[in-house]
Amino acid sequence: MNMALPGGIDCDVHPALPGMQALLPYLDAYWQEQVTVRGIDGLDLASFPLQMEAHGRRDWREPGGKPGTSLERLQRDALDGFGSRLAICNPLYGVLAIYNEHFAAAVARAMNDWITAEWLDREPRLRASITVAAQNAEHAVDEIERRAGDARFVQVLLLAQDEAPLGNRRYWPIYAAAERHGLSIGVHAGSTFRHATTSNGWPSYHLEDYAAHSQAFQSNLLSLVHEGVFNKFPALKFVLIESGFTWLPAFMWRANKTWRGVRAEVPWVDRAPGELIRDHVRFTLQPTDSPPTGEDMERLLEQIGSDDMLLFSTDYPHWQFDGQNVWPAGFSDALKRRVLVDNPRNAYPRLKEALQ
Amino acid sequence: MTPEDGRTVVAEAPASASRSKLKLIDCDVHHALRSSKDLLPYMASRWHAHLKEFGRRRPVPFTAASPYPKTAPALSRTDSWPPNGGPPGSDLAFMQEQLLDPYNIEYAMLHLLMSGMDERNQDLGNATCSAINDWQYEHWTQKDKRLKAAIVVPGEDPPAAVREIERWAGNPDFAQVSLVTHAIEPLGRRRYWPIYEAAAALGLPIGLHSSGNNGHAVTSAGWCSYYVEEQHNVALSQQNLAISLVCEGVFERFPALKAVIIEAGFVWVPSVAWRLDQHWGRMRGEVPHLSKKPSEYFRQNIWYTSQPSDEPEKPEYLRQSLDWLGWDRLLFATDYPHWDMDNPEQALKFRMSEAEQRRVFAENARAVYGLA
Repeated sequence: MNMALPGGIDCDVHPALPGMQALLPYLDAYWQEQVTVRGIDGLDLASFPLQMEAHGRRDWREPGGKPGTSLERLQRDALDGFGSRLAICNPLYGVLAIYNEHFAAAVARAMNDWITAEWLDREPRLRASITVAAQNAEHAVDEIERRAGDARFVQVLLLAQDEAPLGNRRYWPIYAAAERHGLSIGVHAGSTFRHATTSNGWPSYHLEDYAAHSQAFQSNLLSLVHEGVFNKFPALKFVLIESGFTWLPAFMWRANKTWRGVRAEVPWVDRAPGELIRDHVRFTLQPTDSPPTGEDMERLLEQIGSDDMLLFSTDYPHWQFDGQNVWPAGFSDALKRRVLVDNPRNAYPRLKEALQ
Repeated sequence: MTPEDGRTVVAEAPASASRSKLKLIDCDVHHALRSSKDLLPYMASRWHAHLKEFGRRRPVPFTAASPYPKTAPALSRTDSWPPNGGPPGSDLAFMQEQLLDPYNIEYAMLHLLMSGMDERNQDLGNATCSAINDWQYEHWTQKDKRLKAAIVVPGEDPPAAVREIERWAGNPDFAQVSLVTHAIEPLGRRRYWPIYEAAAALGLPIGLHSSGNNGHAVTSAGWCSYYVEEQHNVALSQQNLAISLVCEGVFERFPALKAVIIEAGFVWVPSVAWRLDQHWGRMRGEVPHLSKKPSEYFRQNIWYTSQPSDEPEKPEYLRQSLDWLGWDRLLFATDYPHWDMDNPEQALKFRMSEAEQRRVFAENARAVYGLA
């Protein structure tokens, strides 16, 4: 059976902001006026055009509506639908891509107020990622400090394609604040379009762009390893969200081999990249880029070499599977239970209390 | 930590009985100019003056250094510098002595790594590519019939590239067409199709060796800091290149076209193909020009060289990778004389039958390149 077992923790659901109008109550007078007078709206990330069925499953959207805007639908389709005990909200409004860092900080703050008042306060099964303006780590740290007292915020959300690979020291104050408060770092698919979305230039199709995200995630992992982030912040967990994970064995083999050859350049990296990744990095289940058969998946899971790394997710309301078939073939019941509860609990220190 | 830690130490292991008997086809060997002056005899005097006064122009920050300094001078094994001077790969006799003879190499596919294909001044780029091809023919392929060159072409000027391909058409010394992989646009884009059309018409594979500078961030997550990252990222970039060729419909339009992805390894291929199939299932309406699942183009039109051969925790995982990839897809390569070259006695460390070895070490390449 591929049905979800009840009681799991869904580590990736996407409530969507209906539009800037919905944020006005949470903006100060200056930004209310700016947004209104200048008609600023439509900052949904171009990486996820919401009219695409891939980003809004047909049976999970109101006809003509923006998928993910209704709490009642999310309660029914995602929480009740999969019997989940908790679900982590990852809003994908394009705050990280805004060029004006002051505006980005204001929108980030408003987003967090909005998700608190309109989602978390209305549904006790929900948890959320903190939206930050990573354009300037000072803004992001201020926002993390502002939310740290609310245990329903469990991670800080970044994107896989930002100005620099995520090991870059510009992000370290964010990591320090997150580690201090027991927050994890979520890295979600998506681009701020600061550079071409592949190192070969701009792809033509959404399909290419979405598929090519797995290479961006891999570049980020190399950056996190070799810049020394895992050494500097040993308690911090990184959760790659919508990254896929079937590329992981091949990636780790190559990273290990390259490190063995070139490690003199990064003497602070004192363990093989694969070991560091197994200790510090987690992956959400969906989308699963499955091999042809369940047996192939079993072999692949053996190659991944850890039962701790995968976290249950539906990616609601994105279309990654049909019906209730959230489990790819090849997962044993024992592994499913780890993926549903144990692994999320260990990936998110702030969930431990809620799950006592 | 010392620089020595970054060197590959190749132990002198006893030759494994079966592999040492094999005739090998080495699909990635780097010859080199002894000096940039080597090309001048093949270039008009206008370019002699130009190079003297203005030099070359590429979208990189330094005039002579690599943006990411490599782990060894000239990227090469310390023992590969020819005794008579000149950089590694520049001396045919030494290449014969160090690579071709001891490893029983039947054919070696040459790839010259130098600017020319990605030169921003297009007339200079075209003149350079032509000169490289003349030089390869006169000084390498005509001097040792084991050597096969790639027709080096300027990808950003497809009409000139097509002229260059046609200039060498039918010449058996040239086994493929080569252009930079870091082009201005992803190589599936239509601006490059005339090159594929010409190559397919002549039955020449496109040899895609990681190379070139295009000004784009070197990873799809931005600019990295270290060579240890960049070295791996060039392989990730080759994955994006394969995705582009497939999604743009290059193989749909030119079903006979063969693409060989060089120096990116191969264990990544199955998961990239699975991922494309998975999402094609949701987005196929966007790419109605694809008549097949993306994985089928990987299976039918693309081949992969082995180096740098991966070393999983359990060597047998490589057999699994090959089962997923398809045993007819993999072409052995040493990458001589580079520091991370694969020794044929030691690479691909898992047990293969003799028939499997013959395919990977020679017969797959013979079929792709149409070698006798």
